[in-house]
Amino acid sequence: MSDTPNIGFVRHEPIPPSAPPIQQAGMVKWIRENLFSNWINSILTILSIYFVAKIILASTPWMWNGVWTTSSLRECREVLQGTSGACWSVLAERWNQMLFGFKYPVEAYWRPTLAFVLLLVCIAPILFQKLPRNMLIFSAIYPFLAFWLIWGGTVLTPVVVALSLIAGYLAFVKMERLTGFATGLLSGVVAVALVLYLGSFVTTAMPEFIALEPVASRDMGGFMLNLILGTVCVSLSIPLGIVLALGRQSNMPIIKGICVVFIEFIRGVPLITLLFVANVVLSYFFPPGTNLDLILRVIIMITLFSAAYIAEVIRGGLAALPRGQYEAADSLGLDYPQAMRLIILPQALKISIPGIVNVAVGLFKDTTLVSVISMFDLVGMIRGPISSSTAWTGIYWELYLFAILLFFVVCYGISQYSQWLERQLRTDHH
Amino acid sequence: MSSTTRTGTSKFSLSMLINDTRYRSTTFQVIALIGLIFAMGYLVSNLLSNLADAGLNISWRFFGETAGYDINQMPIEYNNQMSHGRASMVGAVNTLVVAFLACVSATVLGVIAGVLRLSNNWVVSKLMAIYVEAFRNVPVLIWILIIFLVMSNVLPQPREFRGDAATSSMWFDMVAFTNRGVYIPRLVLEDLGWAVFATFGLSIIGVFAFRRYARNLLFNTGRLIPTFLPSIGILILPTVLFYFALGSPIGLENPALKGFNFKGGLHLRLSLIALWFALAIYTGAFIAENVRAGIQAISHGQTEAAAALGMRPGRIMSLIILPQALRVIVPPLISQYLNITKNSSLAIAVGYMDITGTLGGITLNQTGRAIECILVLMLFYLVISLSISAIMNVYNNAMKLKER
Amino acid sequence: MSEAQMKVSDEIAISIENMNKWYGTFHVLRDINLDVQRGERIVICGPSGSGKSTLIRCINALEEHQQGSITVDGTLLSSDVKNIDKVRSEVGMCFQHFNLFPHLTILENCTLAPIWVRKVPKKEAEETAMHFLEKVKIPEQAEKYPGQLSGGQQQRVAIARSLCMKPRIMLFDEPTSALDPEMIKEVLDTMIELAEDGMTMLCVTHEMGFARQVANRVIFMDAGQIVEQNEPEEFFNNPQSDRTKLFLSQILGH
Repeated sequence: MSDTPNIGFVRHEPIPPSAPPIQQAGMVKWIRENLFSNWINSILTILSIYFVAKIILASTPWMWNGVWTTSSLRECREVLQGTSGACWSVLAERWNQMLFGFKYPVEAYWRPTLAFVLLLVCIAPILFQKLPRNMLIFSAIYPFLAFWLIWGGTVLTPVVVALSLIAGYLAFVKMERLTGFATGLLSGVVAVALVLYLGSFVTTAMPEFIALEPVASRDMGGFMLNLILGTVCVSLSIPLGIVLALGRQSNMPIIKGICVVFIEFIRGVPLITLLFVANVVLSYFFPPGTNLDLILRVIIMITLFSAAYIAEVIRGGLAALPRGQYEAADSLGLDYPQAMRLIILPQALKISIPGIVNVAVGLFKDTTLVSVISMFDLVGMIRGPISSSTAWTGIYWELYLFAILLFFVVCYGISQYSQWLERQLRTDHH
Repeated sequence: MSSTTRTGTSKFSLSMLINDTRYRSTTFQVIALIGLIFAMGYLVSNLLSNLADAGLNISWRFFGETAGYDINQMPIEYNNQMSHGRASMVGAVNTLVVAFLACVSATVLGVIAGVLRLSNNWVVSKLMAIYVEAFRNVPVLIWILIIFLVMSNVLPQPREFRGDAATSSMWFDMVAFTNRGVYIPRLVLEDLGWAVFATFGLSIIGVFAFRRYARNLLFNTGRLIPTFLPSIGILILPTVLFYFALGSPIGLENPALKGFNFKGGLHLRLSLIALWFALAIYTGAFIAENVRAGIQAISHGQTEAAAALGMRPGRIMSLIILPQALRVIVPPLISQYLNITKNSSLAIAVGYMDITGTLGGITLNQTGRAIECILVLMLFYLVISLSISAIMNVYNNAMKLKER
Repeated sequence: MSEAQMKVSDEIAISIENMNKWYGTFHVLRDINLDVQRGERIVICGPSGSGKSTLIRCINALEEHQQGSITVDGTLLSSDVKNIDKVRSEVGMCFQHFNLFPHLTILENCTLAPIWVRKVPKKEAEETAMHFLEKVKIPEQAEKYPGQLSGGQQQRVAIARSLCMKPRIMLFDEPTSALDPEMIKEVLDTMIELAEDGMTMLCVTHEMGFARQVANRVIFMDAGQIVEQNEPEEFFNNPQSDRTKLFLSQILGH
């Protein structure tokens, strides 16, 4: 403070905090700094507000004046008498077709709805680690329950499949302990096949046992079809993606070569060409006489498609793992399958989850492409039966807005989860 | 897995095939290869017997046969008496045209949106956020269909341009927006027209040379001369002067309303415009996120260090932030270009005849040659994807930050 | 007191009067009054969150203060961009995380600002850069990239980079906190040499040995205010305030 030899200074009484000066804080300052700080910003602000206002002024009366109760577009126009208004009646009349397709029996709507609600319960413990782990038992049961609810038929079919998988898993564990991974896997596969074979006798003998009315795959449609394709294909492609990723980064050139060729091929072509394959060509590759339903062929191709992208994500996750993890597993004496199962994959998958979720969202949006091969998902319903019906031909905004809303809610929800998860993972590591 | 090799002197036994690390991986690979060959064999035998049952075979001759169908958007010469091969080529050119247009517009849109997203202006930044989230979370097929339907319903019919009571008029008598498409002038080159284009090409080189000269001037003498306005001048003035000096050798053939339709000029059909706009706006949202992430990835400390050295924000952005941000932005940007090319196959949803619509659509249906057509179709996209990936790898390697 | 600590002139280089700063409603710097004479070396210490880094970042306008005045080399810091530029060209700063530009070579890192801000011809800038790189004892690294250097080398380059702008005042924000122990000495030696050449320095650091050797004044800050300041010997041997005593016992006692 002074430049004389003694420059010592001591403050004994601490200064209490005080409030900032008024004109430096508050709403006015914020507006001045953020919206009008220089003339470019001011112009941009004014333009943006003008643009937004114009859209709101144009669309709000249209939405508000909507007509809900007529039964055709012509009637809507009569009611509106020239004023601008939406013809929401098409939604009121056709919402169920847009959600479930136009062939799913109306009295069975509760089944897919229940399956959807239970889906949220099923994936909750997978997505949120804080929930009790006992819920995972329900998650394991869910695929079979959902299949039975949506497709119907006797409950014995999913039960038999579930039993076969349990038998296979038990056989695998037993034999692996005794003789090793390869024979364990083999015995697991044998057990599954055996139980399925025996079980098929049971199911054909008792088709009415606790049965729901069966619904054929070709009767699935609407937004439900998009959801089914999305969840089934992503779930099935994750194990396949893991295998591909491990193969791609293996040291064995043949295995690596096969995986690289497969992955690069699938990633290099548009999904629609693969759907063409499903539609026209795939049946040629099955034994003569087999007649797989279109939806099954589509599921196969979309699963292969998704597996390639997920393999790349998991490859990134495996690469992000420090080399020390591999070395620690080896030095503990674990062999390759054990090291992968117990040490490497759990960590790599955890890191990959945000990437996998991104692929899942992209895939869910891509399920709309099945409308191009004349399947009646949500977009297919809009372009097909609804737009070509005599009552509603020519209407488009109302239908597409509904579709946009449905997709936006699901996709935005999933991507918000993914961002939340990334934040969690980031804080986790430190 | 780490692997060690030991030299052993024990006798060879069969179990060593599985247990000895020297032979183990070879054993597995041989098993895998045999398995693959069996699987492929099984599939191919199924294929052949199914084809035989249906009375079909694999043949490529159909490429030479007459196509017999018209293609609405024809960038190169085509009529329905030409071969399927020619029709496929028209489709391929259409794919490349829409992909190129969409890539350029998506980049411009994405960069602007990404930079604005980071602006201090709350209104602008939130508006860009809404744009990005709205377009990213809805399937691109829906956007293509909506834009196409809106344009077909909202734009006027050609006949509304007619007569004294016309309800619509052309822009500057050169461009007409109708519900059949957009009509723009066609460039007509007279004798020395090519010279004007050559001048423009030289001007572009001239701009780069000028900027290099300005930079060297700064390095050698410390004099900073303005570069923005002179660059624009060099780009435009010589070409314009040359154009007039040669007697305006480049003409415009304007579309004109004859009867009920526009004749002359270039006709860009609605399907092309809708596909182009939808792909550009949709992919622009993803590019905006990439740009934003790239700029934010550069740690704030870089800006602070440069500011502490006395550099102004504009210089900081161009010399410090952007060069580093580009490293992060360019690879995902190139992936987005790949996505645009693949998404352009949705053209058949609006009737635009790209290669999926010609080869994979009409040609496939007419000739019944499903396997051959789909194979060639996939090959086309594969070649483009692999080329773009190769370019990306070259870029990545060249730009890698040197570390020890 | 070493010879370096004697070379202090009467001219005031930095004058801070009644400076207050808020982050929103949080009062981060309270009633700071500080005069720094040319050639003076000041070490600022204190617990984390006490506002030491914020204080020196206000001096070259990396942070904005809401009340009070800061005058550097006769220029009053205001929102006028010209004043800020003038101050920044006279004040050099070194950061805890070096903040070298990874896409430029060491030489380019050092010549960037002189060329683009002071409009010095490239040749002359390179000569100056090599001179300062020799001063910090790593001239042979000139063509390498920052990623190829160790932490200690990077921080020395950062010091050389700031010196190339020929500042009259140097600010150091915890320059050795991110370094491995064996590299701290080489950076501190560089800073001691700088001090012996008569540079005005403000240093936020925990290196008390450095303070004893070079500083004219040690300032202790806590909760946004200057609690105690004195010459190093007095400060370390005879702390007056209880808070100072507590802090010193924590960092010197282990």
